Amino acid sequence: MTTELTVTSGRGAEPRPPRREDNDDITPAKVNWRHRLTHLDVKVSPYLYIAPFFIVFGLVGLFPLLYTAYLSLFDWEMGADEQPFVGLDNYTTLLADSQFWNAMVNTLSIFVLSSGPQVVVAVLLAALLNTALRGRTAWRMGVLLPYVASLVALTIIFANLFGPQYGMVNNILEFVGIDRIDWQAERWWSHVAIATMVNWRWTGYNALIVLAAMQAIPRDVYEAAWVDGASKMRQFFSITLPLLRPTMIFVVVTSTIGGLQIFTEPKLFAPAGSNNGGSQNQYQTVVLYMYQSGFEGFDLGYASAIAWVLFLVIIGIAGVNFLITRRLASTGGS
Amino acid sequence: MRYRRAGLAKALACTAVVALAATACGSGGSTTTSDGKTVLTIATFNEFGYEELFKEYEAANPNVKIEQRKTGQGAPHHQNLFTKLTAGSGLADIEGIEEGYLAKVMAQSSKFEDLKKIGPSDVREDRWLQWKVDAVTTKDGKLIGYGTDIGPLAMCYRKDLLEAANMPSDAEGVKALFENWDSYFAAGDQYVKATGKAWFDSASQVFNPMHNQEKVGYFDADDKLAIETNNDKKLFEQVVKAVEGGQSAKLVAWSDEWKRGFKESAFATKVCPSWMLGGIRENSGPEHKGKWAVSASFPGGGGNWGGSYLAVPTQGKNKEEAAKLAAWLTAPEQQIKAFKAKGTFPSQTQALISPELLNQTDEYFGGEKVGLLFAEQANKVPAAQYKGPEDGAIQENVIAPALQSVEQGTSGADAWNTVVEGAKKAAK
Repeated sequence: MTTELTVTSGRGAEPRPPRREDNDDITPAKVNWRHRLTHLDVKVSPYLYIAPFFIVFGLVGLFPLLYTAYLSLFDWEMGADEQPFVGLDNYTTLLADSQFWNAMVNTLSIFVLSSGPQVVVAVLLAALLNTALRGRTAWRMGVLLPYVASLVALTIIFANLFGPQYGMVNNILEFVGIDRIDWQAERWWSHVAIATMVNWRWTGYNALIVLAAMQAIPRDVYEAAWVDGASKMRQFFSITLPLLRPTMIFVVVTSTIGGLQIFTEPKLFAPAGSNNGGSQNQYQTVVLYMYQSGFEGFDLGYASAIAWVLFLVIIGIAGVNFLITRRLASTGGS
Repeated sequence: MRYRRAGLAKALACTAVVALAATACGSGGSTTTSDGKTVLTIATFNEFGYEELFKEYEAANPNVKIEQRKTGQGAPHHQNLFTKLTAGSGLADIEGIEEGYLAKVMAQSSKFEDLKKIGPSDVREDRWLQWKVDAVTTKDGKLIGYGTDIGPLAMCYRKDLLEAANMPSDAEGVKALFENWDSYFAAGDQYVKATGKAWFDSASQVFNPMHNQEKVGYFDADDKLAIETNNDKKLFEQVVKAVEGGQSAKLVAWSDEWKRGFKESAFATKVCPSWMLGGIRENSGPEHKGKWAVSASFPGGGGNWGGSYLAVPTQGKNKEEAAKLAAWLTAPEQQIKAFKAKGTFPSQTQALISPELLNQTDEYFGGEKVGLLFAEQANKVPAAQYKGPEDGAIQENVIAPALQSVEQGTSGADAWNTVVEGAKKAAK
């Protein structure tokens, strides 16, 4: 059933530099010198080429990361006369802070509400786009439009649509005879509203990635299935989906990282730009709480601690995803 | 193609260099121009109405060159202010400070010059309303800012809506309704009963002026949290009762829905500082012209909401020159010009009796003499309430959300517990 793509990889796969056999006219000293130079070139150059990335990463990625860890050990209040060292106090306060755990639950809830439907719809959308539609390119570009539009503009429009009193969604609900929903007040519904914004923006993007993977599936596999008498349905579930697994994992991992850092949507969903995430922090996410602590409360030490705990949580979840990927990759291939 | 790309790259590189140079100039320290003039920088937000005044000052003082750093909104301006106060450099010679951030600035008063010492000796405290000066005077008697404008409170109401509810709607008639908070809420009950519609826009918009009229705010003079011992619980319960009686339109102030609420006639009264008139006009639209009125009768007397100061940070280079400019800008004559340019209501006693101010009328509000009305309101403002450094945080992140939760159905008792808990956390 499966087609094996043989890729030569690992040691010995790279082409070796050609060797010169006729060294007779060159003195040993020269050989040594040239040899060393070539040796150095082969050994060092690759690192030199890749160095700019690591230098920039070190400046804007690693340094802030480490400095944040350093800050998180201090009671670092902006504007205070002194910033005393407090050890792990910020972390112990944080772990006992009910507002933080509330924000964590909100983040996970919004993440599940957005990533779940998103992946399912993206795959279905990709399957549709993969059929012989008229004006295929236009459709394919079309699903990407929400991603191209400005996130802030989109969020402001959605926040208006979900307005509790004059929002269009509630007007429609009322028209159809369903009770109005207070999108701001009720925790669950506020999460649904925010997840809708995330889904609107990212579903098309993910659909295109899945579509690319679908098109990479060799046609002869389908032909063979067709000859064996498999229906379109059967082909989708037995060929398309299993072969999409690695791509799906990629989609899930990227949306995990993005979903756990969600900030703009809840920030702008609040009616007047408040950082509280609702009257009782119904939809305050971890990053929003971090922002509030750091840039509204000016408590940078505490905000740094939040950043680090979130970092560890993301690493943890990404790690779990990695393990799942490995399992699926090894079972999916056979 | 190649050629054009190279050109583009060059242009980009130059822009980057210029940007870097500009940043260097901005935070560096070129305090004189090439022809030997003293450069004074002044950082403001929104509209202070000073543009023409700068030209006037430069003409009168040929050795001074003024550079204005103008930020559109208050929040980023003050974030920049606090960041650079900490950094110890990068601030303008004169910094604008809004009343809502004043408590946080007062907590760092050592980073500002005492204007009593470095300011011109002819500037005396009686230039301003007493409460305006008191709010910017530290416990040890330092004056760290010159007052610019204020926001005296009045009550705005919809004449047509009150009439429809068979309630008095003329200036004399509403006096009794707006005499104190009890009568205000009683009138609200009457209005809700008659129309089934809301009386005011949002609970926290009503609670804040009530709280500000009290002698003791969220903190006592020793910066100890006073929320459990002052009158706030009583006021909170009063507002909660009004909300439960259907008096609140449940619109979060400044939100899009709140703005829409004006057009939809969602509420009949609105606490309005002098600068709110423009917002009411804009949000309600021309179709409601002449329906709004403003009353000099404000429940519980008077109050103030908003207004700014000019302060001189110690990190500046030309501090005495800066103080001189700030003193000139906040003199009554100049502040009247700013009022005419951008409508900032002056805080200077002499400006408040100027005929130009007193004769100002507003057609949208039925031709009311709003200049005179708000000048009178400014004199009714009670003594400045002491504000602790976390006052703003408690108001924005503790009280306002708790009252909103009441509007969303939480019980008053639960909401009050949240308030006490939240205030303790904020005060830590």
